[in-house]
Amino acid sequence: MAEMSAGIKIKNKRKKQGYKLRQIKKDLWLYILVIPGLLHFIVFKYLPMWGILIAFKDYNAYLGFFGSPWVGFKQFTDFFTSPEFGRLFVNTLTISFYNLIFGFPAPVIMALMLNEIRKQWYKRTIQTLVYIPHFISWVIIASLTYTLFNSQGVINKYIAAMGNEAVPFLTSADTFRPLIIGQTIWKETGFGTIIYLAALAGIDVQLYEAAVIDGANRFKQFWHITLPSIKGTIITLLILRMGHILDNGFDQLFLMSNSLNRSVSEVFDVYVYTMGITRGAFSFSTAVGLFKSLIGIVLIYSSNRLAKAAGESGIF
Amino acid sequence: MKKSWQSKLFDMFNTVVLGVFASTTVLPFLYVLACSFAPEKEILSKPFFIIPSEVHLRSYKYIFSSPTLPRAFLVSLFITISGALTAMFFTLTMAYPLSKKYLVGRNVLLGLVTFTLVFGGGMIPGFLVIKSLGFINKYWALILPGALSTWNLLVVKNFFQELPQEMEDSARVDGCSALGTFLRIVLPLSMPVIATFTLFYAVGYWNDYRSALLYTTNNKMWPLQLVLRQIILMAAGNIDGATFDEAYTQPPLESVKNAVIVFGTVPILAVYPFLQKHFVKGIMIGAIKG
Repeated sequence: MAEMSAGIKIKNKRKKQGYKLRQIKKDLWLYILVIPGLLHFIVFKYLPMWGILIAFKDYNAYLGFFGSPWVGFKQFTDFFTSPEFGRLFVNTLTISFYNLIFGFPAPVIMALMLNEIRKQWYKRTIQTLVYIPHFISWVIIASLTYTLFNSQGVINKYIAAMGNEAVPFLTSADTFRPLIIGQTIWKETGFGTIIYLAALAGIDVQLYEAAVIDGANRFKQFWHITLPSIKGTIITLLILRMGHILDNGFDQLFLMSNSLNRSVSEVFDVYVYTMGITRGAFSFSTAVGLFKSLIGIVLIYSSNRLAKAAGESGIF
Repeated sequence: MKKSWQSKLFDMFNTVVLGVFASTTVLPFLYVLACSFAPEKEILSKPFFIIPSEVHLRSYKYIFSSPTLPRAFLVSLFITISGALTAMFFTLTMAYPLSKKYLVGRNVLLGLVTFTLVFGGGMIPGFLVIKSLGFINKYWALILPGALSTWNLLVVKNFFQELPQEMEDSARVDGCSALGTFLRIVLPLSMPVIATFTLFYAVGYWNDYRSALLYTTNNKMWPLQLVLRQIILMAAGNIDGATFDEAYTQPPLESVKNAVIVFGTVPILAVYPFLQKHFVKGIMIGAIKG
């Protein structure tokens, strides 16, 4: 009896495999289409992940990837005990923290403000303008910042006109962080509103109509209908954001940092570039990069768990 | 219904604040544009203006007197066009099979793809891969690594998934191969999405300076963005390092610097109206099932 059922199982399995094979044959073209993209993923995304192994080696260009000796966690302990570690950690976290508390709510607030504008032509004009900076490169934005904020720039000319001393915005450690956060807000706030505006457009108008009949004023409508309706969107975007909390934009910070503001401008991303590409310490800088990405993963998973614990849907 | 005074006050405040923010996005560009035409004295004396007292083309003539910027412009143009086309090839061909729920092995492939959203090799392992491929100082290094964005791939996949399957089925019944269905039925239906993502990729390539910074040492291969950085930020002493073109470090011609910024911005602003038509829709497709 048992043998028989086992036989049937095998037969079923064969049938299933046959079906699968036929299915694969039928979709042969689909598999061929996948090949270029798959190769791209393997070469440019997965090979570098495998290359992370050099963080546990003492990479030497002459010995190559395979020939270089294993050193375990030496690169990591070197990094954690180096005098730079504390400064990099603080700089990275500070910029991330400011970007989070000022940069994250900015598009939510702007979307809510845009939502209250009743004149459609005005709303559309504002939208057209505020989306522009998203498409402008960091090089151009850094150049504009230079033009406006250098010692003879627009802002300092106004400061001088009021009889005050020029502020060295670009070369001072005190003004570096506000300048960076300001740039980010200026560049991304407008574009960030798109997704919230879509969520706002999806709110059922009947809810507002009912609220008006019940005597709710504009603020009450905002507080009890508008805000709860976009809460899910806000939380999803917040979780996604947490994973990238330590990526405070190489492209931006590399351009804005200089020898005079290095004490606050040097962050993990820029440090990896300086140590790896400029000084050739490949293993060490890979270890720094890996440390950063691991924190990112931990943050994205834990904020997702937190969101689920709070009764939200989370992202996975 | 009559509005309360609080409500009116709020509307006024709201209108003004948004207007001010929106004007900060255009005023810097208008100022730079004005400076690029203005006489040197005016730039140094007036704090801010958007209409120059006299119009000079001097700074633009100066830019075109050296081959550096026109060459960088052509390099950027080449990378942008070939990059956007390569990227669309990779994105469309991979997104289509991934959109088929019945594809055997689809979940494995999707897992491989989505994992790259949360984890990556990082800058240095990426650099070593490019180096071992022999791409250093080759245009391949500026085109291939960015030619498939995971996020764009997933959005296009979602779009394909939403297309009505019946049309494809009937094409298959009539004897069209999977490839034929993709080329003759699916792609023609996807023109808006193709336009959106071609533009997205093109903007990405145009704005990219990091690849050239990492993978090239020959400044004749540099795209516009990297040359702009060299001229404006490094000549300004903002970043320590050597400059490579004497022509731009000569007398501190403010108007020339501004003309250089204009030179780098105009192409993006020129395609912006086309972009704007599409990107909102592009983002929405992604938002439906992100």
